[in-house]
Amino acid sequence: MQKNGPFALAFHTLIVLFVLAPLIVVCLVAFTPQNTLSLPWDGLSLRWFAAVFHHPDFVASFWNSARLALFSATISTMLAVPSALAITRYSFRGRDALNALFLSPLIIPHLVIGVAFLRLFSFIGATGSFGWLVAAHVMVIMPYALRLILAALNGMDLSAEMAARTLGAGEWTVFRRITFPMLLPGISGGWLLAFINSFDELTMSIFVTAPSTVTLPVRMYMYASESIDPMMAAVSTLMIALTGVTMIILDRLFGLDQLLVGKG
Amino acid sequence: MTGAATRTQPRPLAPFLLAAPATLLFVGLILLPLALTAVLSFNVYDYSSGVRNQYTTANYLTVLQDPYYLAIFWRTLRLALLTTVIAVLLGTPEAYILTRMGKPWRSIFLLVIIGPLLVSVVVRTFGWSMLLGRDGLVNHALAVLGLEPVQLLYTETAIVIALVHIMLPFMVIPVWTALQKLDPTVEAAALSLGASRFTALRRVVFPQATLGILSGSLIVFGLSASAFAIPGLLGGRRLKMAATVVYDEYLIELNWPLGAAIAIIVLLANLAIMLAYNRMVERQAKRRLG
Repeated sequence: MQKNGPFALAFHTLIVLFVLAPLIVVCLVAFTPQNTLSLPWDGLSLRWFAAVFHHPDFVASFWNSARLALFSATISTMLAVPSALAITRYSFRGRDALNALFLSPLIIPHLVIGVAFLRLFSFIGATGSFGWLVAAHVMVIMPYALRLILAALNGMDLSAEMAARTLGAGEWTVFRRITFPMLLPGISGGWLLAFINSFDELTMSIFVTAPSTVTLPVRMYMYASESIDPMMAAVSTLMIALTGVTMIILDRLFGLDQLLVGKG
Repeated sequence: MTGAATRTQPRPLAPFLLAAPATLLFVGLILLPLALTAVLSFNVYDYSSGVRNQYTTANYLTVLQDPYYLAIFWRTLRLALLTTVIAVLLGTPEAYILTRMGKPWRSIFLLVIIGPLLVSVVVRTFGWSMLLGRDGLVNHALAVLGLEPVQLLYTETAIVIALVHIMLPFMVIPVWTALQKLDPTVEAAALSLGASRFTALRRVVFPQATLGILSGSLIVFGLSASAFAIPGLLGGRRLKMAATVVYDEYLIELNWPLGAAIAIIVLLANLAIMLAYNRMVERQAKRRLG
């Protein structure tokens, strides 16, 4: 393998700086003691973090988002597992169409899904309902869970399943004792990815959340488009920290490159 | 999705039962709402009585004739294309550099490049608004160099910079995946047979990366053209893109039929470009294989 030359490494350094710059600036500004967005040249302060925790709207939105992500990631994973089994383990008419349907929210812009849900919710009178918000999130995050579970099923060695079947195990027993345990890493990876995508979702949510169900990204967007003060940086820093922790967990469990890049 | 794992004894009902819950949900909660929105886009709207139960093509005619909306579509197309080109120019060499890195560094920097994918778009956009603001870090740096401050925030430049930032991982990932399949000895062979570095890049590396570049630019273009948070926070009230104007029509003007018409146009344009592009990629793949 050839080494990267000095020019390539310089280019690489610039790219890494470009990628990290906005995140670093957010984290630095969050510690400013000043009232304006400024770098903490003279001393660090935690006052803006304290402000976040005393801001009832942000706290409420955080719990909204956390509950929403928990419910929708769990439901979407529970839907994705049987669907993935149907797609990988059987051949039937319309299998490709079904697969395309399940992955379609990746192709349809979230903006379009958002206005579509807004229309549906106003049609059936579900505006402001938390349960329907969960349903909307389930739809857009299920493809992430599904893709990972599909990949896990496709990469699975089938000999254990066959052995169990030859020894007389029923379908349900085979699933419970063999397939499910072997699939567990894929399922938990898919769940986490679905959770993160639900927790971060903005474009669809902004159309379908009501004042009582506003999620954290929507609250942050609203806040940032009206006023800009260091509290926004503090919330962002907390989000970055939370994402960082999740990333480390994911990386330890699965290897993040495997998870995000996938095996195609 | 290969059929390799297909069972020998087909049980015709089982797959349908397994997929039924998700299928019902997708029909009821993706296809039905889209159909409702398509119908809505043909509804008559007037400011005094709201949405009426009459049908018209006026919403589409307004959107496709009014210079205000045409300018927004044109800007969306232009900025999405520009973002895609820059993402290719930055992402492809970066992916190549990553594949040539040694053991620990390669996975560390791959994480650095694609990790931000998991950080909320609002957070990253907010970071750029602080960097590019009138009193931001970029202008401070310019001042240190003795240069005039520039207006960056609320310009198309700011939107493109932030879009490229968000989209870079989506370009690096497919190119990196494509380059993984490249046997490094082939490049070494080309060099030892007397090819210049440039020739080796052009004849060995680049053809391998093409498919990755093509699928990456499709994702980047689609996501940029429907981006919401970035034009919303960095474009200000004046510089609208497709997604932000839909938001305005729905939640500020309350003209849902017009907003629906724009959303449907965005969806159709997206699907059309995707289909055309897929054709092209397939042709490329066939030529490479055959």
